[in-house]
Amino acid sequence: MIQADLNVILPEIVLAVFAMLALLGAVYTVKDALASALVWATAGLMALLAVWIASATGGTQVAFGGMFIDDGFARFAKVAILLSAAAVLLMSQDYMHRRGLLRFEYPLLVALAAVGMMMMVSAGDLMALYMGLELQSLSLYVVAALRRDSVKSTEAGLKYFVLGALSSGLLLYGASLTYGYAGTTLFTGIVQTAQHGEVSLGLLFGLIFLISGLAFKVSAVPFHMWTPDVYEGSPTPVTAFFATAPKVAAMALFARLLHDAFGGAVADWQQVLVLLSVLSMFLGGIAAIGQRNIKRLMAFSSIAHMGYALIGLAAGTEMGVKAMLMYLAIYLTMNIGTFAFILMMERDGQPVTEIDALRQYSRREPGKALAVLILMFSLAGVPPMLGFFAKFGVWQAGVDAGLTGLVVASAVASVIGAFYYLRIVFYMYFGDETEEVLETNGSPVLWVALMGSAALMLVGVAYQFGVEGAAAAAAATLVN
Amino acid sequence: METTILFAPLVGALICGFGWRFIGEKAAMWTATGLLFLAAILSWIVFFAFDGETRQIEVLRWIESGSLSTSWAIRLDRLTAIMLIVVTTVSSLVHLYSFGYMDHDPQWRQGESYKPRFFAYLSFFTFAMLMLVTADNLVQMFFGWEGVGVASYLLIGFYYRKPSANAAAIKAFVVNRVGDFGFALGIFALFFLVDSINLSDIFAAVPTLAETQLTFLWAEWNAAEVVALLLFIGAMGKSAQLILHTWLPDAMEGPTPVSALIHAATMVTAGVFLVSRMSPLYEFAPNASGFVMFLGAATAFFAATVGLVQTDIKRVIAYSTCSQLGYMFVAAGVGMYSAAMFHLFTHAFFKALLFLGAGSVIHAMHHEQEMTNYGGLRKKIPYTFWAMMIGTLAITGVGIPLTTIGFAGFLSKDAIIESAWAGGTGFAFWALVVAAAMTSFYSWRLIFLTFFGEARGDKHTHDHAHESPMTMLVPLGVLSLGAVFAGMIWYNQYFGKVDQVGKFYGIPVAEASEQGDKAGNGHGDDSQGEAAELGEGEAKAEEKHNYAFVGAPGEGAIYVGPQNTVLDDAHAAPVWVKVSPFVAMLLGLGLAYLFYIVNPALPAQLAENQRPLYLFLKNKWYFDEIYDAVFVRPILAVGRFLWKRGDGGTIDGFLNGVAMGIVPFFTRLAGKAQSGYIFTYAFWMVLGIAALVTWMSIGGGAN
Repeated sequence: MIQADLNVILPEIVLAVFAMLALLGAVYTVKDALASALVWATAGLMALLAVWIASATGGTQVAFGGMFIDDGFARFAKVAILLSAAAVLLMSQDYMHRRGLLRFEYPLLVALAAVGMMMMVSAGDLMALYMGLELQSLSLYVVAALRRDSVKSTEAGLKYFVLGALSSGLLLYGASLTYGYAGTTLFTGIVQTAQHGEVSLGLLFGLIFLISGLAFKVSAVPFHMWTPDVYEGSPTPVTAFFATAPKVAAMALFARLLHDAFGGAVADWQQVLVLLSVLSMFLGGIAAIGQRNIKRLMAFSSIAHMGYALIGLAAGTEMGVKAMLMYLAIYLTMNIGTFAFILMMERDGQPVTEIDALRQYSRREPGKALAVLILMFSLAGVPPMLGFFAKFGVWQAGVDAGLTGLVVASAVASVIGAFYYLRIVFYMYFGDETEEVLETNGSPVLWVALMGSAALMLVGVAYQFGVEGAAAAAAATLVN
Repeated sequence: METTILFAPLVGALICGFGWRFIGEKAAMWTATGLLFLAAILSWIVFFAFDGETRQIEVLRWIESGSLSTSWAIRLDRLTAIMLIVVTTVSSLVHLYSFGYMDHDPQWRQGESYKPRFFAYLSFFTFAMLMLVTADNLVQMFFGWEGVGVASYLLIGFYYRKPSANAAAIKAFVVNRVGDFGFALGIFALFFLVDSINLSDIFAAVPTLAETQLTFLWAEWNAAEVVALLLFIGAMGKSAQLILHTWLPDAMEGPTPVSALIHAATMVTAGVFLVSRMSPLYEFAPNASGFVMFLGAATAFFAATVGLVQTDIKRVIAYSTCSQLGYMFVAAGVGMYSAAMFHLFTHAFFKALLFLGAGSVIHAMHHEQEMTNYGGLRKKIPYTFWAMMIGTLAITGVGIPLTTIGFAGFLSKDAIIESAWAGGTGFAFWALVVAAAMTSFYSWRLIFLTFFGEARGDKHTHDHAHESPMTMLVPLGVLSLGAVFAGMIWYNQYFGKVDQVGKFYGIPVAEASEQGDKAGNGHGDDSQGEAAELGEGEAKAEEKHNYAFVGAPGEGAIYVGPQNTVLDDAHAAPVWVKVSPFVAMLLGLGLAYLFYIVNPALPAQLAENQRPLYLFLKNKWYFDEIYDAVFVRPILAVGRFLWKRGDGGTIDGFLNGVAMGIVPFFTRLAGKAQSGYIFTYAFWMVLGIAALVTWMSIGGGAN
């Protein structure tokens, strides 16, 4: 029995054992001198695991008495998490190395966070959920404060930790309420209690607290406050990591919890999600306008994007989940490209994060400027870039689920949001002359990430690379 | 072969328009011209080899969308065959003519290349026109219809440095939009009613349409009448009939070969072709047909009056075209589609001849177009003079009365006037006869002012007047042949006995005596053989061999209803009717001779005495001024209002208010909320969850 269970979680075990062994090995040998090699090794291992998971064809497997579920949905999310984590690791190596930040703990913490995320998306029980969430969060708290000599970085880590603890508390409170009223922590048990819309008030409170805890992780308004400060304060590679894999994991966990545990009470959580979604989209769009720092700007951008992804979840249908997964996959790709560019931005060896530095950038680097233009258009949702089809997918799901008002509001918000993306393009192409020249001589990895992601935004419409089919299959296994 | 005819001009246009940089100007122009001559030769072969049987030649599958399924096909019947030779012959001759006419155009600077562009447009126009006439369904026809519209726009505005040419091009395009709107509505209505746009399906469904009611605008109408009227609105635009005629005179801003090809011989006759093509529909829509006849007669009369006083040589011919198109519509309106096509056919020759002749005069006179500056050119440009003479003899209708010997216009115009007497109202008949007198007057006036009398105007220009090169004279010669003989050769086919006409168009005919039976039975789709058998019992009709058309709608190129006996009635018209156009012609000739040869001071005196009338005619009945006041200015005013107040004030104002006032306010607010203190953040989170819990427990679905 235990043998079968272990087989199911073999990928997680491999990654966790690798992380712990490498930690011990590095501590007792040359420490940071191994960091570069570990980055490559971790990224390689993650990519291998991603291939392994993607090629697994088995249906739904349940381990540890229903606490761990390995189904198509989980596999889709895991592949996205592992690939994006690997990409961000590779992108950060050169940046961190040149600034003396490349410690051997960094790749291993990322690996442990990835294990936590994989646990999250496979959770079939409130306790498994919490375990994965905490493993991920604890790793992230540490990497946020990776630059120990920087006030901002430590402040970011601390803020994240305190507020994260608060959200964990809310989540645990919700979990205990749910347990109290449902009599079980297993999703399969909870769903039996909360059937046919007959949800008791206690269970409803539990649901709202759970949603709040998860909303913190996806940085949905009004649980978003930490995002800009943490994004700004953390080292840029860490910010890039925050903006990608954990978002996918949290959204996937969100979907899993709502559908697996509260699938019978769609109407109850739908209105909460609609509210969170509208608030996130509008606040993300409006607040980003005032930002001059590109990392803060991307923080608000991610808040807004989570709002759009929540539309798919709020739809409460299989099509909605599929649209959400597609949205996340496309969002990941866009963000990796954008952060690759942000990682390149520097002047005299110092990182630059002011968007004013981009003035007249297209004169000096027309190729990269064009790639950034494509990414910005895609983030804003301008057809024919892939970002438009991501939005279109969730809107279609929303309309089909009868959430026309939400979709209209989201269209308005996306118009507002287009402003700050287009402003970056405006600066690059039509901005005033500036004397302070921006340098963007990043490593080849960054160049590949930027160009590749921009190219995908263009050609992705024609070739979905099977992602859409996989997302549809994943959604089908979750919603039934 | 038909496909070659259709696509040769397109290939020519593409090679000439895009390839001239690689193969050189001359080669490009000759390629386009050569391909058109090829198309013309093949067209004549098709015309003579055609046996009257309607054929569909599929080119490709075109539209598959729901119940709308249609292929791109050539519908080859007699109408198409006629139009093929008209279009390709005139077009190829105009191509040839343009070599001379467009050489050294003063509109262009030294070294500028404009000729390949001109030839490419001409060839493209020809392709679009062939698309129109070979169409097997209405959408295909609409494609060609719009294609010739584009070509016309491009060619009217060919001298794009002239503001007047640009204005004329836009005017032509916009006025045609009005007509095309009607045409498009007609197509929609037919698709709505018949669920098909294929001509064969529509023709088969026409008898049902005539009994269908259609709600359109505010009332119930007979479906056939509405559709026929809508289609005719399209025809009015393209064929410059009254109300929508204002663009045609202005279109003379284009180079003269364009006027000859597009605005005389081919495109403007598309409306007549459309009505003839849809003859089954018009046979079942008597009121719409009556309107066609009335409007045609009014246009013929109106345009002729305006033509009397114009002094620009091209404008005189333009109004003459407008007027002659009116004649054709009268014929189509009374049900003599064959006579309409006859006049279309002969008119193409003599009107193209007149235009190209006028072009030759203009070329000789260094682009002077005012007839008041001509005079005495007979000796300077003798070939052109004789060509113009032949054209004038043809258009005024010179021939021997009561026989079929005469110039082309004599036979076809008399056919129309007799048909108008037989099938139309007194108004139509007399309008056409009076118009014939006026036609004769202004046509001879043109000849007398241009070629006779004293040389007027710039002496230098007159001294250097020279005969045109061979490339321009050869087309004049060929068209002269057509203007002389086209009427006599094909008179019987177009306007002969019923059986001759029936054979020409592929319409089944039966002996007249049983026509009543056929009409009574209400179905005329029996073959000719059966009909003849049925008719054997009847003996009394045998002596005269009186035939009647018995084809079903869609059988043969045109459809003539069982009650339609205009052809026989026209032949049976009294002698005074048959002679009246000839008398009118003589009257016009005599007056013109008196005014411009005997006493050249007379016109000025008359204009002085009858000043209001003169100004009324000179200003084209003030149509342009009325349109300007009624349509153009109010629409411009509305446009300006919507632009300044609606768009600029309201929409931009609103958006600017939101974008520069409200959104930044919230941005500042959001910035303030982001205080940087953990307790603020935690406070917001707790506030959020408190609000959510309250909302859900009060308003939510909890129970």
